[in-house]
Amino acid sequence: MKTFGKMLKIEAKLSIRDMNMIIFAEIMPLIVLVIIGIVYGNKEAFPGAGYTFLEQNFGALCSIAICAGGLMGLPLNISEYRERKILKRFQVTPVSPLMILIVPVAIFVLYSISSIVLLWIVAKLFWGFTFRGSYFLFLAGWLLVLIPILSIGMLVGGIAKNSKSASVWASVLYFPMLVFSGATLPYEVMPEVMQKMVNILPLTQGIKILKAAVLGLPLTDVTFAIVAMTVLAAVCIGISMRNFRWE
Amino acid sequence: MMENVIEVKQLSKSYQGKQVLKNLSFSLNKGIVLGLLGANGAGKSTGIECILGTRKKDSGEVHILGKDPVKERKELFQRVGVQFQDSNYQREIRVDELCEETECLYQNPADWHELLKKFGIGDKEKSLVKDLSGGQRQRLFIILALIPQPKIVFLDELTTGLDARARREVWNILKRLKQDGLTMILTSHFMDEVEALCDQIIILKKGETVFQGTTTQALASSKCDKFEDAYLHYAGEGEENEDIW
Repeated sequence: MKTFGKMLKIEAKLSIRDMNMIIFAEIMPLIVLVIIGIVYGNKEAFPGAGYTFLEQNFGALCSIAICAGGLMGLPLNISEYRERKILKRFQVTPVSPLMILIVPVAIFVLYSISSIVLLWIVAKLFWGFTFRGSYFLFLAGWLLVLIPILSIGMLVGGIAKNSKSASVWASVLYFPMLVFSGATLPYEVMPEVMQKMVNILPLTQGIKILKAAVLGLPLTDVTFAIVAMTVLAAVCIGISMRNFRWE
Repeated sequence: MMENVIEVKQLSKSYQGKQVLKNLSFSLNKGIVLGLLGANGAGKSTGIECILGTRKKDSGEVHILGKDPVKERKELFQRVGVQFQDSNYQREIRVDELCEETECLYQNPADWHELLKKFGIGDKEKSLVKDLSGGQRQRLFIILALIPQPKIVFLDELTTGLDARARREVWNILKRLKQDGLTMILTSHFMDEVEALCDQIIILKKGETVFQGTTTQALASSKCDKFEDAYLHYAGEGEENEDIW
């Protein structure tokens, strides 16, 4: 526990010094929020919806930081540490591989939490955002997005040959999911054909869960999403733990 | 009774059918310094990595402090310090952060502030590791290997990149540690260093042990006056270089 705390502190400092996550996980979601706020203001999501367009998309915005951390930050972090032989240095110490993986994961979890808090504050202050659903469901939805997305990142970081190929994989996963899953471009404005296509993206499913939680909509629509995300997480975590390499 | 700190038996390794290490065997008592010598590519680093378990050995047995480095990695590395030739660090990490992050991995860590002072880089705590000079960085990595308060240390290319004075300082510190009973395995290209520090040497040539004994024995058996000549006699560095293509 002492080791975890110290490592977390130092690695978090290094991550903040690096600035990438501050930009992609903290500032970017805020920018998207502000754009939606300026364009749609307090317009209802659709006539008679009872909630605003912005509120409808709040859940989606909460996933941007997870996306940045899980699909960009984590794979790049793990593969860079392997390539720079930092993991090899850890291999000849008593630290466990699990600790090496759990520390960056914890950092990206913290980024996600602080991003949600920031979004919440700004949305509340400027557009009177109200949370209509259940906090418990939101937490459950958040975990259901967080765990699979971070486990995809762990998998990519774990099996990519080097940091170059990790960064290619990260881009292939990150940018389409960011744009097409409804995290930035709202799902509701997509044509129906496109909605059907983007439904296969794991994050699209996760965002549905988060939106349902924020708006207090019944969860019956998202059973498939929950099952899909759980299976995805189990598979990715399983593979990345089995294939962990120090070097 | 003398205890074996490390015991290596018939350690062998090949890459893609090419044997890079053949039947390396030795055992060391407490406080003994072993120099692993040989030209570049002779198998020194491979030897150290197979001993430590960071590379998989093909055959042979390794026991350090009575433990298997692969199966009992966690307990063993509480008391083993390692400095790799290509040791690396996080891009933007500071000296104090790197020391702290190393310290927190061990149950009984040494005071790294003291070690920094002893090695003459006490004023560099807040510097970025990448901003240190080559010699300062080398000293820092030796310090990291000493943080666990080890019973045995592995130092790969110990003083490469250090100036003459810094090398002497490092030698003096290592000699003191040796007197305190620290066992050391080091690789080096400097024969004066080997003569000054090592009780025993193993000279490798294309993975094979061509000499094993003390520096005095190497002098006697090669009929050379200077240890460097004796080393070249065994390691055949001239020929070895021609093989590199």
